[in-house]
Amino acid sequence: MKKIVITVVGKDRVGIIAKTCNYLAENDINILDISQTIVDGYFNMMMVAEWDPGEKSFPVMQGELERVGAEIGVVIQTQLADIFDKMHRI
Amino acid sequence: MINIQEVLETNRMIHELNLDVRTITMGISLLDCNASDAAGLCDKIYDKITTRARDLVRTGEEIEREFGIPIVNKRISLTPIALAGAGVCRTEDDYVEIARAIDRAAHTVGVNFIGGYSALVSKGMTHADECLIRSIPMALSETERVCSSVNVGSTKTGINMDAVRLIGEILLETAERTKEQDSIGCAKFVVFCNAPDDNPFMAGAFHGVTEADTVINVGVSGPGVVKKAIEAARGKDFETLCETIKKTAFKITRVGQLVAQEASKRLHVPFGIIDLSLAPTPARGDSVGEILEEIGLEYAGAPGTTAALALLNDQVKKGGVMASSYVGGLSGAFIPVSEDQRMIRAVEAGALSLEKLEAMTCVCSVGLDMIAVPGNTKASTLSGVIADEMALGMINQKTTAVRLIPVIGKDVGDTVEFGGLLGYAPVMPVNPFSCDAFISRKGRIPAPIHSFKN
Repeated sequence: MKKIVITVVGKDRVGIIAKTCNYLAENDINILDISQTIVDGYFNMMMVAEWDPGEKSFPVMQGELERVGAEIGVVIQTQLADIFDKMHRI
Repeated sequence: MINIQEVLETNRMIHELNLDVRTITMGISLLDCNASDAAGLCDKIYDKITTRARDLVRTGEEIEREFGIPIVNKRISLTPIALAGAGVCRTEDDYVEIARAIDRAAHTVGVNFIGGYSALVSKGMTHADECLIRSIPMALSETERVCSSVNVGSTKTGINMDAVRLIGEILLETAERTKEQDSIGCAKFVVFCNAPDDNPFMAGAFHGVTEADTVINVGVSGPGVVKKAIEAARGKDFETLCETIKKTAFKITRVGQLVAQEASKRLHVPFGIIDLSLAPTPARGDSVGEILEEIGLEYAGAPGTTAALALLNDQVKKGGVMASSYVGGLSGAFIPVSEDQRMIRAVEAGALSLEKLEAMTCVCSVGLDMIAVPGNTKASTLSGVIADEMALGMINQKTTAVRLIPVIGKDVGDTVEFGGLLGYAPVMPVNPFSCDAFISRKGRIPAPIHSFKN
């Protein structure tokens, strides 16, 4: 299992979390943590999740999540979590 | 657990402040490429490069996508070609054949630059070294992606002034051969003192003879991130300023370290070093000159610039060495003129001269970089400028370099457009007084007294 970070940025509206979580549930991606904040009037959400590299390949999952975002008018970015751990933890 | 503020900070650095990994450079040794003639050697070299670096670009792109961090360049550095070709290359044309072969290899594997068309002649030149140096103008004008460098001095050996004299002429010839494109050939050629074996940055990258067969070196960057961070330290004391730079350099370097480890693991090639440099690009907000302004100067080049740069360079190193155990290459702030918008602006405003740039190179990596000078500058004057810069490196036990572009047909007041990452530059004046008699002396400048440490 690999830890991934999914960030969602866009105008706040009904169903952002629901749609994103739906996709994750359908793909067996377990959510470990969710938090959200408003920056400059924009909705910012971050999820830490566990992804099984044996299931769907990273670029496929990344692309599908981007499309989910496009459908509801937000930007969804998926990254391996190591980059944040490395940068902010000694 | 990672928190949302940290995630937003990292992604803001990437999306708004131009944080990137500047280059993943694969060093490849050519010492095991043997053949009975130059054509055979070209085949061997081509085969080795295209085998070892087959997956370099694809792997770089995968890492880029998965971590969400741009990796701007994927490049290759080679054993200095003067050494690799010494056994079979009898003429300059033989060396040019190798240049064509490595250019083809660069196209095949998809890297944008391939370095190592180089010679190490800090104490003396072999026949092969001299052939390679004399072939540089043709090699650079007939290839697209090949980069060349010559190490003409070191603290241990002194400065090979015969090579310095020759390179003045070679620079002009390279400029002449590429005059249709604003003498761009010279932008792909660097002269060094104390050249490092593991530098991942072009145009001076080569794979030193002390290195393993294949190695991954990574160059990080992020002047925009440092600039943004020190905005918060406006008006504060030096301790606060230094702490801010150090912490930022640490964060930037950790990303480079992660990318280097991943690349090394996925390509099954040992990790060499991280080069923690602040390397500007012509893009807005990606400027070392802008950091100097933020520290408190009206323009780069104003009184105080050398001190501000010394401080910046030192803090970048202090933050960086904490982030990676293997730091090497050039490591420090780069001050190329044409690749940095604020440096260009400083030259245009009359704040920054060649002499001030020379002083600045005493305290930073690396040297006089991407500076356009009039095309009618004499070869001996170019050699004189090179000799001065080499002397700074030799005496101060640091790497120094010169990448001057004498632009044929252009003079002070004109602007030169190189395009892409190389940017544009105003042609700068060069001191008009002669050093002919000095440069025409034969031999070498002896090593300084402090080199005898045994």
